[in-house]
Amino acid sequence: MSGESSPAKHYGLHAALIALLAVLAFLLPEYHHGVFARVMVLAVFAMGYNLLFGYAGLLSLGHAMFFSAGLYGAGLTMVHLGWGVLPAFAAGLVAGALLSLAIGFLALRTTGVAFMIVTMMFAQVFYLALFYFGSWTRGDEGLVIAQGQRRLSFAGVDLDLTSPVTRYFAALALFSLVLVVTLAVVRSRFGRVLVAIRENEERTRMLGFDAFANKLAATVLSGVICAAAGAAYAILFGYVGATFASIQYSILPLLWVLLGGAATTLGPLVGTLLMFYLIDSSGDLLKAWLPGWNLSSLGIVGVALVLLILFFPKGILGTVRERWVRWLP
Amino acid sequence: MAAVTPLIATSGLKKHFGGLRAVDGVDFSVMPGEVRAVIGPNGAGKTTFVSLICGRIEPTAGTISFDGSDITKLPAHRRVRAGIAYTFQITSVFSNLSAYDNVALAVQRTLTDGRAVGHLREGVMAALSATGLADRLHEIAGSLSYGHQRLLEVAMGLALKPRLLILDEPTQGLSDGEIENFVALVREVAREATVLIIEHNMPVVMALADRITVLDAGKVLAEGAPDEIRADAAVQAAYLGAGA
Ligand SMILES: Nc1ncnc2c1ncn2[C@@H]1O[C@H](COP(=O)(O)OP(=O)(O)OP(=O)(O)O)[C@@H](O)[C@H]1O
Ligand SMILES: [Mg+2]
Repeated sequence: MSGESSPAKHYGLHAALIALLAVLAFLLPEYHHGVFARVMVLAVFAMGYNLLFGYAGLLSLGHAMFFSAGLYGAGLTMVHLGWGVLPAFAAGLVAGALLSLAIGFLALRTTGVAFMIVTMMFAQVFYLALFYFGSWTRGDEGLVIAQGQRRLSFAGVDLDLTSPVTRYFAALALFSLVLVVTLAVVRSRFGRVLVAIRENEERTRMLGFDAFANKLAATVLSGVICAAAGAAYAILFGYVGATFASIQYSILPLLWVLLGGAATTLGPLVGTLLMFYLIDSSGDLLKAWLPGWNLSSLGIVGVALVLLILFFPKGILGTVRERWVRWLP
Repeated sequence: MAAVTPLIATSGLKKHFGGLRAVDGVDFSVMPGEVRAVIGPNGAGKTTFVSLICGRIEPTAGTISFDGSDITKLPAHRRVRAGIAYTFQITSVFSNLSAYDNVALAVQRTLTDGRAVGHLREGVMAALSATGLADRLHEIAGSLSYGHQRLLEVAMGLALKPRLLILDEPTQGLSDGEIENFVALVREVAREATVLIIEHNMPVVMALADRITVLDAGKVLAEGAPDEIRADAAVQAAYLGAGA
């Protein structure tokens, strides 16, 4: 980012990635096909997180509540009100927008560690509320959205979102949209102000920027994107449960983004994908290499992360950008 | 009432840090177009005083008005948009961004506010050229020499197209040659803007200031034309005798 912007390179690279993912839909074996669909939706969650954490420099430990706002906004309206896919998705977005606006308004009065704690506490309240309203949410057990409801009909087209291929392309469509939005935001004046706030908030303020308003806007945008991921998850995979609101799902996007590279547009996908396969394969690897140690796969992820933070603190794409590809957005 | 409204005026302005009266009842005004120097010994309250004017900190008591309207309650970013720019005494640039990107943020602000027109790049290059940094636009601010970082501060201030430019010890760390250029630059800026400059370097003060205000222990000790201040016995005792 040295003043010279290269829109053709930036958008070209992102378009190429989207095209690659589209082609993979026809090449991937069944198991990995399913994995990719799920990872693309979770990568949207990570992209939303990255906007606030990577670009604006605000480390939240409560983003599970924004993901879950979308998850439950869509899930509850479908299960209890019988809403269709599109209005339910919209309900998820609205829930995420309202929640992030309220949380941002309160939590952005704090910074640093206090911000982490405040967001974590709010997310905990959200999590507990799911149990309090257990008659609607069914808590941990969760809700299953009927197959028949997970269809999208418009203009004479009828899409069955439970079919693997349709689901893959629905996930890809959302992923692509959010990826392009993220890139546009990052390249915009607003995006540059967010980076400025991250780098030196007081200086930014003394250049005439309203730091609070910009951070609030970033929080809401981040919250809406995470809610879009949650709503899509509910619709595409048909399950809505309180686990997704637990602290684990606030930490996961942080780890995905750190692994892939904070403040890189493509880092969230890379991190999410890699982490998925890391957890997926570590179980077998552990059994093969250290029989009888009985380590959990989460343990090995922890170790991998510590190593990563120590040797690649900027994450994979952050390191790539620093050493080789300076123009990477 | 004077024929012309002062561009900036304070009345009974106070800032107390616990028991310490850093600024202790200052009545002060600067006319449009003036170059005003604020001098005084270390810890006199100069930085605190201008920080109150630009809104970085809130006063304990007193009022501040800018171009006739009360800005005491206005948040800092709104004051910047109204035309008050502050360059930090302790260099505060975006160390991880290029010199170009540092200044671009300031230009972006004036473009958004409609206080400047044209292309971002032109505005940035104008400010970088004025401060002699044009050939360093790609350098990361944090890797510039201390003097050049000071100049980058000034470039950001200029790029804000201020009506009142506050410079807090801008020549600290500059070479003699750079100081000469800097004095010429401030003269240039002063044709369009009002300048409030805190400076320890007396030759710079004497070369630039229309009037000088001497602060000591949070109070105005003396105020007048450069010659009067040089001749003032109290000032000599408090400041000039000790320093220059
Ligand atoms: N945030 C603060 N909290 C407590 N005391 C402060 C604070 N800022 C300044 N002071 C004190 O207020 C007094 C005035 O400080 P100030 O920085 O305004 O002086 P100055 O005239 O700019 O000095 P210098 O010439 O060294 O820059 C000093 O005694 C300083 O220690
Ligand atoms: Mg000072």
